Amino acid sequence: MVLVKWLIAFGKYLRMLHRVFSRPDRVRMFFKKYYAEIYQLGIDSIGIVLVISLFIGAVICIQFKMNIQSSWMPAWVPGYASREIMLLEFSSSIMCLILSGKVGSNVASELGTMRVTQQIDALDIMGVNSANYLILPKIVALVSIMPILVTLSVAAGIAGAYAIVYIAHIGTIRDLTIGMQYSFNQWFFWMGVIKAMFFGFLITTISAYYGYNVKGGSVEVGKASTNAVVTSSILILVTDTFLTQLLS
Amino acid sequence: MIELKSISKSFEGKRVLHDINGLFENGKTNLIIGRSGSGKTVLMNCIVGLMRPDAGQILYDGQDMLALSKSSLVMLRRQMGMLFQGSALFDSMTVIENVMFPLDMFSTDSYKERKHRAQECLDRVNLGDAENKLPGELSGGMQKRAAIARAISMRPKYLFCDEPNSGLDPKTSLVIDNLIFEITKENAMTTIVNTHDMNSVMGIGENIVFLYHGDKEWQGNKDDILNSQNQRLNDFIFASDFSKKLRQVNE
Repeated sequence: MVLVKWLIAFGKYLRMLHRVFSRPDRVRMFFKKYYAEIYQLGIDSIGIVLVISLFIGAVICIQFKMNIQSSWMPAWVPGYASREIMLLEFSSSIMCLILSGKVGSNVASELGTMRVTQQIDALDIMGVNSANYLILPKIVALVSIMPILVTLSVAAGIAGAYAIVYIAHIGTIRDLTIGMQYSFNQWFFWMGVIKAMFFGFLITTISAYYGYNVKGGSVEVGKASTNAVVTSSILILVTDTFLTQLLS
Repeated sequence: MIELKSISKSFEGKRVLHDINGLFENGKTNLIIGRSGSGKTVLMNCIVGLMRPDAGQILYDGQDMLALSKSSLVMLRRQMGMLFQGSALFDSMTVIENVMFPLDMFSTDSYKERKHRAQECLDRVNLGDAENKLPGELSGGMQKRAAIARAISMRPKYLFCDEPNSGLDPKTSLVIDNLIFEITKENAMTTIVNTHDMNSVMGIGENIVFLYHGDKEWQGNKDDILNSQNQRLNDFIFASDFSKKLRQVNE
């Protein structure tokens, strides 16, 4: 029974995507909406990405320096570990988990409210492809701003590591810099970018699916918002496993 | 002109509409009336294409909406304007942006011409001075008027109004009714109004369809209604003491 329910939901999700990925009714209106979404979903998320990445970068450095490092480990290990963790997992997967809470609930509640107040019906009556008009700009906006968010997250994490070494005197800047530069593999950065773009697609489409198909009132909008965050978080974790294996 | 032929609709075995036939003519305000739960909204949703009936035909000037291809349906929808019960204005847009929205989407006019048309529509509904306000800053009546302006901006052939007076005081309801009536005459539109407001029925009901538990019970105009011998219709129309007394005075 659960499988059937899941398959029906997946079918509805695919049908929605079919409507979303069609030619916009008016390209000018698409770009107008796209720029608004870039601001709402992307630029507005920079603050939280920077703050969390800065502190996580600092904490990783502290953990390695204070709790993991021992006499047999080189002094540059905290810098190396901070960089690798930020590049490989935090700035892509964990950052997207955080974004699924912020962006996912935003998308689901916005579309859900539009559905229950008949604003989506109004678009349909006008002959507008409502799924395309409302959802496509969100997907394109989040996917296209992901590389910038990943870059900022990595940069903030590294800055956090430097800041904590400098402020708390838990090592030397020289050791940290050696670690940061040690055995750098550029592909790790691109792997993080690719994963984050994929997760951006998942966050927007899943949240849009829940919001767009709301039936009822404000309680259902709240439920849709919660379901959007929970489902996209789980799917990010599951696909992360496969993507990491695939891209490594 | 919109014609309904044997429209039926059920939800999970529960019959909501049964064999509804009707003709809604151009330049007339056609009303669908009935008690809450009688199937008015479902019928309206079927007519505008938000729901698909289980059986029957919906003919827009002779062409069956249910048999149209996707692209033809989109073209037909661009000739429709709709006023929703809750106005359904886009929250994030100002009033003028709301009215300009259909023009921005489908008109090939320049920005200046589109804005001029939107202002013309707002002036028509006496909302010229509220163009830069957000829907949340407007009263219920003003929101309805803004929604009417948006509905007529593309000069539609068909206008649909779902409970246009719900939540409005009697005087504002009268303003909205008159507006719908005048706009229908000015543009020779086919207008269908879904209502249970007796003032609307007596004021603008040129063609009235009365639904009772999903069946078409009665059809006529506002003059016929006072003399109707249909018990169910009379129970509905003269439900309040005030209207009963009014009828006695009339008799």
